[in-house]
Amino acid sequence: MIEVKDIHKSFGDQHILKGVSATFHKGDTSMIIGSSGSGKTVFLKCLLGLFTPEQGDICYDDRYYSKMSLSEKRELRKEIGMVFQGGALFDSETIEDNIKFPLKMFTDQTEEEMKERVNFVLNRVHLENVNNQFPAELSGGMQKRVAIARAIVMNPRYLFCDEPNSGLDPQTAIVIDNLIQEITDEYQMITIINSHDMNSVMEIGEKIIFLKKGLKEWEGSSQTIFKTDNKAVTDFVYSSNLYKKVREAYNKG
Amino acid sequence: MKYFQNIGLYFIMLTQVFKKPQKRSVFRESLFKEVDELGLKSLGIVAFISFFVGGVVAIQTALNVDSPWIPKYLIGFATKRSIILEFAPTFMSIILAGKVGSYITSSIGTMRVTEQIDALEVMGVNALNFLVLPKVIAAVFFYPFIVLLAMFLGIFGGWISGFMTGLFTSDSYIEGIQLDFQPYLVRYAIIKTMVFAFVIATIPSFYGFYVKGGSLEVGKASTQAVVWTSIVIILLNYFLTQMLLG
Repeated sequence: MIEVKDIHKSFGDQHILKGVSATFHKGDTSMIIGSSGSGKTVFLKCLLGLFTPEQGDICYDDRYYSKMSLSEKRELRKEIGMVFQGGALFDSETIEDNIKFPLKMFTDQTEEEMKERVNFVLNRVHLENVNNQFPAELSGGMQKRVAIARAIVMNPRYLFCDEPNSGLDPQTAIVIDNLIQEITDEYQMITIINSHDMNSVMEIGEKIIFLKKGLKEWEGSSQTIFKTDNKAVTDFVYSSNLYKKVREAYNKG
Repeated sequence: MKYFQNIGLYFIMLTQVFKKPQKRSVFRESLFKEVDELGLKSLGIVAFISFFVGGVVAIQTALNVDSPWIPKYLIGFATKRSIILEFAPTFMSIILAGKVGSYITSSIGTMRVTEQIDALEVMGVNALNFLVLPKVIAAVFFYPFIVLLAMFLGIFGGWISGFMTGLFTSDSYIEGIQLDFQPYLVRYAIIKTMVFAFVIATIPSFYGFYVKGGSLEVGKASTQAVVWTSIVIILLNYFLTQMLLG
């Protein structure tokens, strides 16, 4: 379980997170949603330890982040997989070397064992024969899948994804969403996804947290988000014409 | 105020850089890659510049000492001294600061703005140690060889220029370069080079690692890195000369 307790984060005069608390459970796919500038990315980066909150704490299965030394934080991070918005693949290395990197760094596996593991995770994300290609030679969707493969190669307990569908066509986006959910169920991870894509929210949002101006405005699920009368949430959800029409059709019966 | 902040941050960075590598085999692999990138790939430009600048130094000296009272072997002697003392260690380090410094800042800076460094940190890798330490070790231990090569080629270039211009004879030049040879001066040049190599590897890494923004900022950071590396080399050159020869 990940427990976030009243975290605050500022940059200069800008108070980005103004006291956000949340709990994330094993096997759940949780979505952090909100419009641009709501603090989603800062929240995620605080969870990852890339930003240190000025106030509050984050507890990873009874391990408090604020009480950890730098080396303990690095140990914890080995249990974390992260899919960055742009993939963050090492562009001077082949796909195989990208995925192999955490194994080379943190395990004593032989070259053969590492290769076997790389092929297994590539197969898991439905990619084949890309081992010797470079990230720039792959499409956006394929790069995202490689990023997912790299994130799960160490069997992480926690998976974080920052806007995994940005820049993808709707069909590929659904493939990525389903893949993340399948992997979460299969490995019983705690998965937290940062998104403003309502399709993803509907597809895999078992738990949804809506952030507005650095505060948690609403919490629910994909079943309850359409029933809420919270104005900020409804404004966000129905900002798309498609969802407006779905609501109208639903109201007409 | 910002300068003092940056100096503080630079020394904080060094405390992270000089940690034990997390995996020796990965470090070894990175080290060989950096020796290739920072050292071997600079050999061509170093050889080219050393040879021709050596030639120019010899010609300039010959043209300026045309009095019959000054022996011709002084051309070889002066060329040797200026190449060993200043040209090879300092001038070459400034050239390398431009070539290698901009490469280091842009490669690390691009990794920063494309979140590759965040990816390393999230994996639990000490990104500074992983990215910068192999560069420092490669530069500090490989650049003395580059500078020795620059010394040889510079003096050789001077000798060739004598043939080409007829301003001095081969015998007088060789007599000059053998005159009053002091091994300490070569050691002095190597000590300076190792200090400059440390600066060439760390200041551009600092600018790359802490860059914020996008590709434009990476470009600006590269320029700043080269400027500051050159300034620090010139200042250190003054103090090291005072300390080691004064």
